[in-house]
Amino acid sequence: MNSCLESGAGNPQSLHADGQRARQVVDDARVKLAQLIHSRPEEIIFTSSGSEANNLALKGLALARHNRGDHIVLSSIEHLSLIQAARSLEKSGFKVTRVRVDAQGMVDPDDIKRALTPRTSVVSIMQANSIVGTVEPIREIARICRSEGVRFHSDAVAAVGNIPVDVEALGVDSLSLAADQFYGPQGSAALFLRKGVKLVPLFDGGVQESGRRAGTENVPGIAGLGEAAAVAMKEMEERGKRMRALRDRLIRELPQRIEHVVLTGHPESRLPHHASFCIRFVEGEGMLLHLDMQGIAVASGSACASKSLRASHVLLEMGIDHALAQGSLVFSMVDDTTSGDIDYLLDVFPPIVEKLRKMSPLYFEYLENSR
Amino acid sequence: MMMYTEKVMEHFQNPRNVGQIKDADGMGKVGNPVCGDLMTFYIKVKNDRIADVKFQTFGCGAAIAVSSMVSEMAKGKTLSEAMKITNANVAEELGGLPKNKLHCSNLGADALHAAIEDYRKKNLDLKPEAEKSEPRTHEESDVDSCPYCDGPREGMEEYCTSCQLELTECPECRQAMEKDAEICPHCGATRVRT
Repeated sequence: MNSCLESGAGNPQSLHADGQRARQVVDDARVKLAQLIHSRPEEIIFTSSGSEANNLALKGLALARHNRGDHIVLSSIEHLSLIQAARSLEKSGFKVTRVRVDAQGMVDPDDIKRALTPRTSVVSIMQANSIVGTVEPIREIARICRSEGVRFHSDAVAAVGNIPVDVEALGVDSLSLAADQFYGPQGSAALFLRKGVKLVPLFDGGVQESGRRAGTENVPGIAGLGEAAAVAMKEMEERGKRMRALRDRLIRELPQRIEHVVLTGHPESRLPHHASFCIRFVEGEGMLLHLDMQGIAVASGSACASKSLRASHVLLEMGIDHALAQGSLVFSMVDDTTSGDIDYLLDVFPPIVEKLRKMSPLYFEYLENSR
Repeated sequence: MMMYTEKVMEHFQNPRNVGQIKDADGMGKVGNPVCGDLMTFYIKVKNDRIADVKFQTFGCGAAIAVSSMVSEMAKGKTLSEAMKITNANVAEELGGLPKNKLHCSNLGADALHAAIEDYRKKNLDLKPEAEKSEPRTHEESDVDSCPYCDGPREGMEEYCTSCQLELTECPECRQAMEKDAEICPHCGATRVRT
């Protein structure tokens, strides 16, 4: 990736030597990524982001099958790129069914089955949710879709590179992924599209990516994605084991150190590096700021921490009330997270919560009512 | 965090006047957990002056800093002086707030004013000439930016020219909210979707 940036990459569509070198870089990355997800290299379409890949899949598949159906099914906790893409399609005449999830963020495959109609053309269910970590029963849902002749897309942006994803074993028609979710560069992502599946491109133009995504390739970004895929091939399993142990320790011990902590998402079927909680009576951004000052970077799904001033739709859809959703925090283990880091977190976090609870009217209300 | 001024961070880390006043002369409660902020102000009044003030806040960094700043500004002021503390004053004292956090400063002044009004209601005979606080008008800065992306706006366009989100007016607080949103980001009013 650096060598592409330093030497200035040629245009992979050019026939001169620079262009051909760039073509080689792109082709190599395609092979590496295909190995990671067990697809054929020609089934990979490079995109600029997971959001683009999701838009390309949902809109592209729906439009390609418009003559056969106009009904789309997706879960209510999909990434906003799919929620909003579905809303756009709805505005132009498509029908959309949003399947609810249970309190742990799980989609019930039977609910998908029930949602299908003879007019259904595409189903989209994420492989793993980035806010609550839940890993969905994709293989089962793919089987249902296939037997009903419905296209199935899975947003695997949070999953690829972190857990084994095998597009053949899963039986998906399309699947999105992004490099920055597994130590690759931002602005580089991809869509797997099963061979023979028709798709209407979002961008009209040249022949890049077999005509399904026009625009000169982001050669350095693609090189980085390929490299991240190669590293994931080698390290993912061992890394996953290590992180799972840290994650389980955090999930076990945090509620022992702090009262009124709720794990969000599924306790077992979840991403190995992902521990998410709602801390009752306190708001997420306040905790985030204090943790940041202690050198711990976390994310929150609270309304205040988001620019949109809305609590994460994922938490609300899981039946978590607004006040509790405001206390949402997501801890992601990274490659160099150690057991000592968990010790440190478990030491510095309880006083932060205590400090914020001391000024929380909700906590006082609770104390008074329980008296 | 870069989005907040040093002053905001200082008040957030060392908030003044946190707590409850058990035998408060006035109490004001504003906000709701839907938009994320809840504030309660308690005041003690002596000779028409705010002798003591305490607050409790559930909310973001800005909400905590605003509460702390309002409590500091109010302490020692006469009631009518304290009624004149405006959202703009508070934000200014804090060295500015991110545009999408300005509603926090509204809540701070509102909670203090509610506490003063509560006191006056309880002591009607003491304060016959109780002046009303100015009905809250929206700060220019509130109306001039999209609540979702901070982008500049002129009047009530149907969509934000910066982020292209379709906007409408909240039926409750009259500020801009996303057209399909069920909850107003400013006041937390919930709409029945049609």
